[in-house]
Amino acid sequence: MLVSVYRYNPEVDDKPHMQDYNIELPEGRDLMVLDVLQLIKDQDPTLGYRRSCREGVCGSDGMNMNGVNGLACITPVSAAAKNGKLILRPLPGLPVVRDLVVDMTMFYQQFEKVEPYLLNNTPAPAIERLQSPEDRAKLDGLYECILCACCTTSCPSFWWNPDKFIGPAGLLQAYRFLADSRDTATEERLAGLEDPFSVFRCRGIMNCVAVCPKGLNPTKAIGHIRQMLLQRGS
Amino acid sequence: MVSRVSGATNLGRNGLHDWVLQRFSAIVLAIYTLGLLGWFAVNPDFSYGAWRGLFDATWMKIATLAAIIALCAHAWIGMWTIATDYLTSLALGKAATFVRLLFQAGCVILIFTYLVWGVQILWGL
Ligand code: SF4
Repeated sequence: MLVSVYRYNPEVDDKPHMQDYNIELPEGRDLMVLDVLQLIKDQDPTLGYRRSCREGVCGSDGMNMNGVNGLACITPVSAAAKNGKLILRPLPGLPVVRDLVVDMTMFYQQFEKVEPYLLNNTPAPAIERLQSPEDRAKLDGLYECILCACCTTSCPSFWWNPDKFIGPAGLLQAYRFLADSRDTATEERLAGLEDPFSVFRCRGIMNCVAVCPKGLNPTKAIGHIRQMLLQRGS
Repeated sequence: MVSRVSGATNLGRNGLHDWVLQRFSAIVLAIYTLGLLGWFAVNPDFSYGAWRGLFDATWMKIATLAAIIALCAHAWIGMWTIATDYLTSLALGKAATFVRLLFQAGCVILIFTYLVWGVQILWGL
């Protein structure tokens, strides 16, 4: 199979280029894209990419496969390749460190902005803060995010304003803590989201929903945040 | 919240207000357009006299003025959003703020012209 990979080493290359590899795929088995990357690396050890758990849990091998963001470790070659060709590029919209490795700083900065941890100003209980099963159920579909950045880097609003728009992953977490019955900072959290960029740059094109490898729905969470802002404002 | 929105692009704007105004003005424009289309439907032999009669009525002047104001607000928020999406330092480098402010000034002048012109036409000044 023909695999075309984005190559860029800022120390030696003036600009990025695509490098083609011919990879012998085993008969009768569908490899994952990450396996193909390993086969390439056996041929060409200079190729750089991130990986860790190789089973869709760590979120480190997010990349753009034939134009679609996803995790290389859980995307079968048959699903990614088109016309017998596999095209691998780094996640769009973030600076490239080398080959398929991107600098996630901007992504993490937006995540940090939403204060993704429990804020509670009441005295700490002796053992733990309890939550009813109903309240706990509100966090389903929110807490599972593995911060792979597939969603945020597929969002044009983030491409245009990566320093101001929080992006789908960050907003999913913002809502995760707004929805948490144990969090007491709802008012402060909402006040920090009211400007024209943080939340309102979302135009609901739902690229995030289409690519999330965990099947999460950031657009829905953003809708909930808007509703909370509206209720607070009226 | 750790760090708030950076840069001078905000000018004290509130995203929620813009968002609500954008939707509200869209509803006003939709109602006005449907109303006009409805008028055309019941006045198939549309003449200058009938058109004149429609716009001589005070309620129609008020409705049209509301639609013009809604259009101006809608256009301004929309153009401001487009400008802050595409005319950024990421796309244009150092000149971005200057280019964007120039573009926005052009929009303001155009929108204001339309508003005054619309009022002039409505009241036949
Ligand atoms: S919401 Fe989905 S796509 Fe976005 S970072 Fe989390 S797991 Fe990845």
